[in-house]
Amino acid sequence: MASHSELSGNPPEALGRVRPAELARPELVLNKRPFHWVTDKVCSIVEEPTPTWWKVLFVAALLIASFTGVGLLYLVSTGTGVWGLRSPAGWGWAIVNFVFWVGIGHAGTLISAILCLLRQKWRTSINRAAEAMTIFAVCCAGIFPLFHVGRVWFAWWLFPIPNQNAIWPQFRSPLEWDVFAVSTYFTVSALFWYMGMIPDLATIRDRAQTLWRKAVYGFLAMGWRGGNRQWSNFEMAYLLLAGLSTPLVLSVHTIVSFDFAVSIVPGWHTTIFPPYFVAGAIFSGFAMVLTLMLPLRAIYRLHDVITQYHIDNMTKIILATGTMVGYAYATEFFIAAYSGNPYEKFAFINRAFGQYAWAYWIMVTCNVISPQLFWFKAVRENHALVWIICLFVNVGMWFERFVITVTSLANDYLPSSWGYYSPTIVDIFTFFGTFGFFSVLFLLFVRFLPLLPMAEIKMVTPQADPHAH
Amino acid sequence: MNDLPPATEASRGDPRRDPRAPRVYGVTASFQRAPEVYQAAERIRDLGWTRWDVHTPFPIHGLDAAMGLPRSSIPRLTLLGGVTGFIFGCLLTWYTNSYDYPLIVGGKPFWSVIYPFPVLYECTILFAAFGTFFGQFITNRLPHHHHPLFELPQFARVTDDTFMVVLEATDPRFRSPEEARDLLASLGGKDISLVRD
Repeated sequence: MASHSELSGNPPEALGRVRPAELARPELVLNKRPFHWVTDKVCSIVEEPTPTWWKVLFVAALLIASFTGVGLLYLVSTGTGVWGLRSPAGWGWAIVNFVFWVGIGHAGTLISAILCLLRQKWRTSINRAAEAMTIFAVCCAGIFPLFHVGRVWFAWWLFPIPNQNAIWPQFRSPLEWDVFAVSTYFTVSALFWYMGMIPDLATIRDRAQTLWRKAVYGFLAMGWRGGNRQWSNFEMAYLLLAGLSTPLVLSVHTIVSFDFAVSIVPGWHTTIFPPYFVAGAIFSGFAMVLTLMLPLRAIYRLHDVITQYHIDNMTKIILATGTMVGYAYATEFFIAAYSGNPYEKFAFINRAFGQYAWAYWIMVTCNVISPQLFWFKAVRENHALVWIICLFVNVGMWFERFVITVTSLANDYLPSSWGYYSPTIVDIFTFFGTFGFFSVLFLLFVRFLPLLPMAEIKMVTPQADPHAH
Repeated sequence: MNDLPPATEASRGDPRRDPRAPRVYGVTASFQRAPEVYQAAERIRDLGWTRWDVHTPFPIHGLDAAMGLPRSSIPRLTLLGGVTGFIFGCLLTWYTNSYDYPLIVGGKPFWSVIYPFPVLYECTILFAAFGTFFGQFITNRLPHHHHPLFELPQFARVTDDTFMVVLEATDPRFRSPEEARDLLASLGGKDISLVRD
């Protein structure tokens, strides 16, 4: 075979003189901001006097959260019947809301763990808030199965604790797997979040002017001194926690999907559920990250650390996972048609054209069609539009869980036992209130803890490179 | 360096000299740029120092090698945690569902590694995460709220934008604070200070 130089006639040594073009990497911190600017920017959020908008939102969030409190009080004092659960739909909004909130949480772990393993440096400025979102979303999620058990004062029977009946939990049940998956997820996410925050808490401690501030942040910072001997262990622990969180986050929504897939209900008993649920979770989670971060970016003027590049990346992940979710919807239909199982075929035709067709088409419009707008640069750069599309995605993903849960239960095998599930006002108020509960926690986080990981942002600036000139 | 004591009065912190006199913890120097402190670390490593540290606001890439630090031992604790978690999960599911109160479900074996696998998996991750998290506290000797360095006013800048090299008095190469000061000054360190225990 003729060599390249013979064909072109160029001397081969010319190749040695050619340097590959150096493509500039997008800057993660704009305007060449120094380290101290990052410290000031993030610490000032915690140090400034409480802004009025914060007080207003906090009171509003508390009021909204009270809806959940009152709803649950009424449920506990009366019974789960107040939730609109009746044969044939024994699972309704509670399970829908549980899967919705757990799914929201997944983007936080994806950003903090998977993007860390993939060395995606752009994760640094959003990971703290996304992790906080994860933990608070799991708190909201946990409320629903906890109260769905009916007699909530016996909820501890879910855990393998000796009780007066001398009966243990049954470990063949996916619901029991869920107890382990979600509680492990919450614990590991909280540990990861707290550990990552220690150096930043030390920064706030060292800037503290008042005694109580020094005491509280000093206690939380655990006496961190930032010695490289400490950083070396810290970095190793951080990497390992990222490595542990990655299989964990994939397993959590897999196990959540097992709640459905291990049953024999048409439309639930499918092997596509685990990957489909995980893609949907990441999809909805990123939408929630943008829903939260875009307003915070505008309020605190974080444009130099949360840049258009960050927003581009997140919208592209929403586009990719949204397309995966759309593909999964199509695959479900194909497999149902191909299975030759009349119940399975009916379940899917019923979803698209049956009594819940309205919910199905809301889901398709929000989840499959709306993220396709992110193909366009003009859309990605229009932040108001990005925010609205993200709201659509959140709505669409809630409807996805509603469609899966309710359509399959309302119309399963025997037409004589079919029914139409609809929520009660208690269902609606309880769910509405969880947004307030989530906001209360998130507002407290914004006000009192370092919103952005200062140390990690400093690490990705050009002047952090020890070989820079 | 105005904070140094006259001559070598408390140089090695010898308690026999005066039991009430504060002992010397070490000598510190500040650096403003990451490349400077990186090169200083390489020099100190090559001189054979063992009890010293570089305090930075963020982990500097490659500084572990520049300081000659060994690999962190946390992975061992992670593995220990993971193995413990897996065994704990096996024992838990076996004891509860097969030994203490055998449950017949679908005519399946009372215990196998398959059916409770999600539980074993989660227990493995949970305990491995405990090993890692508490491993970080153990290896870094945290919490440690009282430390001589916290007495130094400029140490507060270390968590902001300053890099600080600390040569500890317990290092065999630490002969006198003056010598340590001269070494740090020759490496480009500014704001050199003596820290007492």
